[in-house]
Amino acid sequence: MYWRFRRHRLAVVCTFIVVFFYIVALFSETISPLDPNKVSNLYKYAPPQAIEFLDKDGNFSFRPYVLGFKSSRNPETLRITYVPDPTKRFPVRFFVPGEKYMFWGLWPSDIHVIGLGPDAPANTPFHLLGTDRLGRDMLSRIVYGARISLSIGLIGVTLSLVFGILLGGVSGYYGGWIDAVIQRIIEFIRSLPTIPVWMALAAAMPPKWPPDYVYLGITIILSLLGWTGLARVVRGRFLALREEDFVLAARLSNCSEPRIIFRHMVPSFASHIIASITLAVPGMILSETSLSFLGLGLRPPVISWGVLLQEAQNIQTVALFPWLLIPGAAVILIVLAFSFVGDGLRDAADPYGR
Amino acid sequence: MAMNAPATGGPNPPGSSEDDLLVARDLKKWFPIRKGFWSRVVGHVKAVDGVSFNVRRGETLGLVGESGCGKTTTSRLVLRAYDPTGGTIHFKDRKLGWIDIPTARRSELRDIRRNVQMIFQDPYGSLNPRMTLREIIGEPLLVNGIASGSALQDRVAELLRLVGLHPEYMSRYPHAFSGGQRQRVGIARALALEPQLVVCDEPVSALDVSIQAQTLNLLEDLQGRLGLTYIFVAHDLSVVQHVSTRVAVMYVGRIVELAPTADLFFAPRHPYTEALLSAVPTPDPDHRGTRIFLAGEVPDASNPPTGCHFHPRCRYAVEACRTTVPPLVELAPGHQVACHRATELSLAGVVPGS
Amino acid sequence: MTTELIDPPARTGSAEAPRPLDTPVVLDVKDLRTHFLMPGGTVRAVDGVSYTLHRGRTLGIVGESGCGKSVTAQSVLGIVPRPGRNVGGTVTLTRRDGTNLELTSLDPRGKVIRSVRGNEIAYIFQEPMSALSPIHTIGHQITEVIRLHTGAKRDEARFRAETVMRQVGLPRPDAVLDRYPHQLSGGMRQRAVIGIALACNPGILIADEPTTALDVTTEAVILDLVRSLQKEGGMAIQFITHNLGVIAEIADEVVVMYMGRQVERAPVSQLFHAPQHPYTQALLRSMPRLGHRAHERLEAIQGMVPDPYDVPPGCAFHTRCRHYVPGTCDSPEYLEVSPRHWVRCSRAGEVA
Repeated sequence: MYWRFRRHRLAVVCTFIVVFFYIVALFSETISPLDPNKVSNLYKYAPPQAIEFLDKDGNFSFRPYVLGFKSSRNPETLRITYVPDPTKRFPVRFFVPGEKYMFWGLWPSDIHVIGLGPDAPANTPFHLLGTDRLGRDMLSRIVYGARISLSIGLIGVTLSLVFGILLGGVSGYYGGWIDAVIQRIIEFIRSLPTIPVWMALAAAMPPKWPPDYVYLGITIILSLLGWTGLARVVRGRFLALREEDFVLAARLSNCSEPRIIFRHMVPSFASHIIASITLAVPGMILSETSLSFLGLGLRPPVISWGVLLQEAQNIQTVALFPWLLIPGAAVILIVLAFSFVGDGLRDAADPYGR
Repeated sequence: MAMNAPATGGPNPPGSSEDDLLVARDLKKWFPIRKGFWSRVVGHVKAVDGVSFNVRRGETLGLVGESGCGKTTTSRLVLRAYDPTGGTIHFKDRKLGWIDIPTARRSELRDIRRNVQMIFQDPYGSLNPRMTLREIIGEPLLVNGIASGSALQDRVAELLRLVGLHPEYMSRYPHAFSGGQRQRVGIARALALEPQLVVCDEPVSALDVSIQAQTLNLLEDLQGRLGLTYIFVAHDLSVVQHVSTRVAVMYVGRIVELAPTADLFFAPRHPYTEALLSAVPTPDPDHRGTRIFLAGEVPDASNPPTGCHFHPRCRYAVEACRTTVPPLVELAPGHQVACHRATELSLAGVVPGS
Repeated sequence: MTTELIDPPARTGSAEAPRPLDTPVVLDVKDLRTHFLMPGGTVRAVDGVSYTLHRGRTLGIVGESGCGKSVTAQSVLGIVPRPGRNVGGTVTLTRRDGTNLELTSLDPRGKVIRSVRGNEIAYIFQEPMSALSPIHTIGHQITEVIRLHTGAKRDEARFRAETVMRQVGLPRPDAVLDRYPHQLSGGMRQRAVIGIALACNPGILIADEPTTALDVTTEAVILDLVRSLQKEGGMAIQFITHNLGVIAEIADEVVVMYMGRQVERAPVSQLFHAPQHPYTQALLRSMPRLGHRAHERLEAIQGMVPDPYDVPPGCAFHTRCRHYVPGTCDSPEYLEVSPRHWVRCSRAGEVA
């Protein structure tokens, strides 16, 4: 199966993208250049700063640098505008000490993958993807948002998988009236319009819950509705495999039921399940994003991509501060990447592809 | 019965003689047809509808008929892959004596399954693609606690040699082998438990012409060396004639004729057998013989014709055939026919070849 | 559903003896080569096959799975699936108007070959269900073919369709035309497929294992039907099968294929009574025959069919041949050993 997946170029590229995003989510504290919650009164709605190698005379500098800002107030709109100031050059350094943080809330550290280092004067702007209305660094917020959004996808799918395999397996292996009841339940759940149900369930969560409870609650809500697809896949595979000759042969050899299931049936569809999971993760990520975007899911101060997008939901943003929409690009990228990886896995697992 | 000791088996079933190994009486398997939301049963496919036969120790009983005649279902009932709707199948177990397979208890069934094994039609679907030959052939030995470790290894090697494969192939996977070689692996697995009775379900029909002969020869050699009894299910009449001691012809769930092979092929007593034999194309262009062209198709087993199921297509049908079901009666020693006109008709059989 | 369509009771009949190949050639295939360029190497699926089809006669092509018999038919029609490619040879069709047309040089998606396929050369495949669209009635599918190739109006096409359905022995053709394929039984479906193939009065019919999926009693009826249609219309038929019994039943001339090459070609009686190639001989000896003594040991062919990526050099059959002599069998030529009887064997004539 591995070499068949390898032939799927796009899927291989997308695998690297997915892995990259999860590394970012895993090491958010170190990768983000600044504290995502640090408010800056000096630079509100500051545009992204470019990393540069050449100055305006064409002189090459081996070490990349960023330019500081010259701020001025627009006399008509009274808005502050920021213009790069070529006279202020701040070299960019890698793996430098910066703000202190607790890695995973456990180990204290101050090393950042990218930063200006301790030599730069205080309050030097370093916002590669700009800042939001409170002057918080967007890059750092996106990096922290990845942790929440991507982990909700994984945990939600894991929970769905447990439900799905359990109920789908029971349905497919035993058949009969159990199968009929479970199938009716699945049809009922699938026929519910998702957004109103999410709204109702999200509204049922006490507003006083701390953010981590809300996080867990949202994950459970998503997987309660999301398991049906996986259950169908598992049931379908069980039904098909139950009729396979090699399964009958195992039964005729006096193999026990657990042995038939785990030695003969599960290995035969494990690859299909992996492919289905991969295709289900982006659905979860999108669901979280839409819930939070609608203000029903996670709420500030928690940072997720949906929360970031919620803050960007007005026409002013699109016109004046387009960098606030970058979390949306991140969502699109990871969803597409997951879909292509899933497609690649599914094609590789397809026995008819031989 | 109060003790946990294995049952000693019942008395000889009615109609059995000393050299019988298996006695099936009035065997029925009706598959329900379900419809609607609650899967209500709206009818039955009478796949097997009142079949009786004996299998003698050391013989090959051929079971022939066209698709949908119930021959495969009958063979699966013997293996208790399905529970019959009615009837008995008494098997003379080496240890337990006469046991009725459909009502056997779990512990008895474990013992019966060591003595009744199966060879499948599809050499691809009947071997688990994720197991090596050692695991496939060794599984029955392992699960039944007969051998493990190096003893298992030795026994698998012995079985591979028995079916004409190199023992060095043991750690390869089935996909490395051709259809004929896989079929040998399937035969080795069936023989691992040293069964008395082997049900062969179309064992050569998926194989190429040049491989069929090898496999048929192997089956006959093994029968001679190991004293096996076969139930040989096939649609190819020339193959059945070649291997069988006695042959049962089935049509829409019933046996219409059962006789020693030579009697059945050279002097058939049932019009359906006559038509079936005449339809077989013979590899001799100078004797393009007279054919009986049957009108219509094999009827649907959920709604078979009244009386004799064959009457709408029969050249000799009279009024009685439309109304009453002809019983299977013994016309000559060992020659049973279910036809109202069996005594008055003189039917054409196969012309004896050189 | 099907009981109301059952036709009159059983009848008997017998086929006529093989006929001589004395009629004009309608399709001339010379040195046809079709190779598949796979990642694992080149598979020479068809490697130098030559034969002729004669008006009103049947050529049988016989061989085991993977011998290239189906790809031969696909090559003639220009429908070889990728990555297969025609790499040599000619296929000359004598058209209805008497002109000759070379088929392999045509654009396989072009207008000319499309006017030939289904019109002058009809074809039927093993599984009737895959040749029929499940969402259209039989009538819709057959009138479409007729209108496409003849430009007939709707009513004319419908009338022609009913005639054809009657020809293929379907009772109450008007009722059958309004049915969907799944409402017909296997035998009726294959009749309908044959009807669609014959709708445009083709001069040539290529049938690829048309009876393999059918029961033996239905097979007999379909073979009889094909024969009587040939008698009426004078079609040339190329009949592909792995079943030697069926070949003996229907063919006038036979081509035996092994690993992409034809190893023997002869009139049917000659092939069955005096086969010259050891493969043909072994094949005939290895099959169990009705009427022969039961339990007689079969003369099996040793070994397995070789891997198509790794065809044995020299005579491809030498690894399994009991007449193999090292040095002699390195490059067998395809020679005419007696009139209309060709064999590719270095020891032809010596072995029996």
